[in-house]
Amino acid sequence: MSVEATRPAVTLPKASGRERLRERSFRVLLIGCLVASVLMLGVLFFDVIRRGASEFDLQLLTSFPSINPAIAGLESALVGTLAIMAVCALFIVPVGVASAVYLEEFADRDRWYNRFIEVNIQNLAAVPSIVYGILGLAFLVHGPLSLGRVVLSGGLTLALLVLPVVIITGREAIRAVPPSIREGSMALGATQWQTIWKQVLPASIPGTATGVILALSRAIGETAPLILVATATFIAFNPTGPFSSFTALPLQILDWIRRPQDEFQVLAAAAILVLLVLLLSMNSVAIWLRNRYEQKW
Amino acid sequence: MPDPVTEPTKRPGGERERGAERGSPFVTRSADGDAGQGRRDREQREAIFELDDVTVRYAGVPAVRDVSFAIKEGDITALIGPSGCGKSTLIRCLNRMNDLIPSATVEGRVRYHQQDLYASDVDAVQVRKRIGMVFQKPNPFPKSIYDNIAFGPRVVGMDGDIDEIVERALRRGALWEEVKDRLKDNAYGMSGGQQQRLCIARCLAIEPDVILMDEPCSALDPISTGRIEDLMIELKKNYSIVIVTHNMQQAARVSDMTAFFTVELDEGEKHRTGRVVEYNETDKVFTNPDDQRTEAYVTGKVG
Repeated sequence: MSVEATRPAVTLPKASGRERLRERSFRVLLIGCLVASVLMLGVLFFDVIRRGASEFDLQLLTSFPSINPAIAGLESALVGTLAIMAVCALFIVPVGVASAVYLEEFADRDRWYNRFIEVNIQNLAAVPSIVYGILGLAFLVHGPLSLGRVVLSGGLTLALLVLPVVIITGREAIRAVPPSIREGSMALGATQWQTIWKQVLPASIPGTATGVILALSRAIGETAPLILVATATFIAFNPTGPFSSFTALPLQILDWIRRPQDEFQVLAAAAILVLLVLLLSMNSVAIWLRNRYEQKW
Repeated sequence: MPDPVTEPTKRPGGERERGAERGSPFVTRSADGDAGQGRRDREQREAIFELDDVTVRYAGVPAVRDVSFAIKEGDITALIGPSGCGKSTLIRCLNRMNDLIPSATVEGRVRYHQQDLYASDVDAVQVRKRIGMVFQKPNPFPKSIYDNIAFGPRVVGMDGDIDEIVERALRRGALWEEVKDRLKDNAYGMSGGQQQRLCIARCLAIEPDVILMDEPCSALDPISTGRIEDLMIELKKNYSIVIVTHNMQQAARVSDMTAFFTVELDEGEKHRTGRVVEYNETDKVFTNPDDQRTEAYVTGKVG
């Protein structure tokens, strides 16, 4: 008896129309959600451009605030924002990286205090920013440090706010360095310190730098904490150092939006554009960094 | 010099040998009439490692237990056996890499040139400068070829011109001709076999006297494997080598001595623990082993 004779005919069942419809509508739903969120962002963006474009020029960037909308600008706010960002970066990079290194390379997870710290860093990342503002007001502006409403207080308040994000991304970057690199280094007679300093940290720079930039781009738009720690009146001069009074872009925008005249509304929209440009360029640098230096293991 | 860990001869195949799963020690035959030149020569040489009842536990559970044998200078010593038998665990004791695993504990004694490797005043970092290691998967650093080699000499603070050290290491690693024009290129652009030879060269750069290799060819194709085996035989002139391998032909091709490990279940049958069944000259292990379990494994009846 031949094999062919006993083999039953093979027929593949046809796909049912209903099932096909369900698959297609599911895909449409997913795309719909994506389009809705992107569209929302687009509408906001174009609305701001439409309203603020007429005032978005060099004069805006090189003039100080004024009660006369025709000559008002945001130079002091822009320089103030850059100043507090610099303070913020100088604080979060060393402190964030050091914390991440401790938690990833040294912390013994069997110890309750290490688990306690870990959980609370996650919690801190979710604390509302106004709470950090109150903290800054109580400990930096007044209280133990009594720095006053200066650039240093503003920068440090924002630094405390975004530090958990930096620690979390720093840890991820350090964790992404495979254990085999550490083993290879230790097997060559390197100490743990040399291994971390010369192998693990250099390999984690792209990830950490991306995290730092994204943290700064979150800090740059923060308004609530600054309302508490920055000077309330308008500032018509650039900060001269860490102990100088300052204003920042979000505060300037807030100030203009609160005024009744239409001209100030236009200025506010233009200032929002300045903030958006800063923010988007920082995010672009972060994305570029990530793609350019990403290590495939 | 008498071998300090030689035990009396035990005949293979006997009832005791087959039945006594737990008590079976490694078998070392004392020199008898048919011992060749290699054997007599080996007895003259100094032991580089002497293991004495070594048991390694992870979180209290033994991964490998009661290992005792001596590894002689100038030999290639192969550790073979099925997966989970503790070969890798054991080789990582020899340069204290197990220190990096917090739950790992080492009992018994591991002596390196007569010094207790685990004595409290021994610095593991100093141990690893003398005892190089090559890993299962090539693990070059994400740096240039040059910097991969130069890293070791720099961290251990070697004297001399780094350029020369790098060239010498790459020549010894049989890689110089292939990479001399692209020393600044990233090591990740090399083939797997080249990466592994880079890792060998990297470990030669700090001039160790032993090289431990933990399945160095398991991620490589046969041609790259062949190159590494040739390199091992070349390196044998100047270094002692201990190699863990799953490839029995490889053990047979390159090694002088072979230790065969098996896995045993404990009383509760919960944990798998490795033991050494037989430690002997490679030729003997592969042609006329003392223990039936060794024979079954090397001839492919089990495993």
